[in-house]
Amino acid sequence: MVITLSKDRMSISREQDLVPFRNRVKEAAVKIGMGIVNQTKLITAASELVRNMFRYAGGGEVLIEVVSKGRESGVRLTFTDKGPGIADLSLAMQDGYSTGKSLGLGLPGAKRLVNEFDLKSTVGQGTTVTILKWKNG
Amino acid sequence: MANSLTQLIQSNKARLLDLWIQKQLTSDSLRDDLMSNDELRAQSEELVNALARSLTEENIDQVDSIQFDEVFEILSGISVYRAQQGFSPRETGLYIFSLKDAILDLIRQEITDPARLFEESVRINRLLDSLGVVTFETFIKGREEVILRQTEEISDISTPVIQIWEGILALPIIGTLDSSRTQVVMENLLQRIVDTGSNIAILDISGVPAVDSLVAQHLIKTVSATRLMGAECIISGIRPEIAQTVVHLGIDLSNIITKASLASALKHAFAMSRMAVKRIDVDKKAL
Repeated sequence: MVITLSKDRMSISREQDLVPFRNRVKEAAVKIGMGIVNQTKLITAASELVRNMFRYAGGGEVLIEVVSKGRESGVRLTFTDKGPGIADLSLAMQDGYSTGKSLGLGLPGAKRLVNEFDLKSTVGQGTTVTILKWKNG
Repeated sequence: MANSLTQLIQSNKARLLDLWIQKQLTSDSLRDDLMSNDELRAQSEELVNALARSLTEENIDQVDSIQFDEVFEILSGISVYRAQQGFSPRETGLYIFSLKDAILDLIRQEITDPARLFEESVRINRLLDSLGVVTFETFIKGREEVILRQTEEISDISTPVIQIWEGILALPIIGTLDSSRTQVVMENLLQRIVDTGSNIAILDISGVPAVDSLVAQHLIKTVSATRLMGAECIISGIRPEIAQTVVHLGIDLSNIITKASLASALKHAFAMSRMAVKRIDVDKKAL
């Protein structure tokens, strides 16, 4: 049973929002005492996803939550956008596949960096990505 | 109306100015540390004069009429000036609202009929409120200009290319590498390679908080461009957590020479240019 301890919402609409957003994620991670390696992994994954959101959907909203399950605590991020959506999820999760001339490592890389990864997308309506990183995960 | 509101303001300009200055000098928001009283008086006089000149019985209810352009211009100038001088938005806002108080005081003294006094007060209120809005808009614009200038300065100073040895350049990157920043970094680096005839460049990323796939892509591009110019590029300052993250992300940096610290990168660069740093044994007898 995952309990939410605190919630923080942030909307992303410009490239300048990315740095403050990363700082907010870092604050949440520091608050629960996450180690530097896991912190960096979480921030990097968040950075990949928020960049995707900004690039392909022109922005969206992120929910930053501090959650706990038993004795373990963690940070959960939910990225919601109203962009074009992803047509082929399994193709998007493949290493090296990109529709936008990038390395194509954003989604699969972010999945490898966190403990839980969930991707939902409807073409024409938008995409929601949820990631969770445990403090000692 | 024998004595209209506009006539009243125009003929009592001097009194209005005195009233206003009086109000400003006694107000808590007076900042004689930022602006001298003479300067304040000159500024206020200019605004009152412009307002008296532009005001007519017809346009007092239409603040967007072009006759007010002069007032808006002066007002904008004052707000931007105040923003740059470091006045708070509250102080700038109170400045213009104290003019409203002064005008209201004036018409209270001149108009005795309560119905008319109310009527004119409402009109003055409406006019001065919209002047207040202009003040805020331009005040924020003034602040934004300050921020913009600082942003430019930061991106200028944050990408120094240093020649640390003959033929060896170092480029410490601090902060986030976004697309525009990478462009500046790459341009500076490539230009310096040509200027100094260097054949080794060290990119130090100790100051980059997170390396995601976009940052990595920018780094790879910079390295490729450097190689095209016939120089070799070493990336240094890879912290343990960055190394782990890059591996998990699946970014392949194996074609690039990477080092943990700037010192080891420099050592590698010396070895590449067949140089060695030696400790000289001093002959004790000679001393």
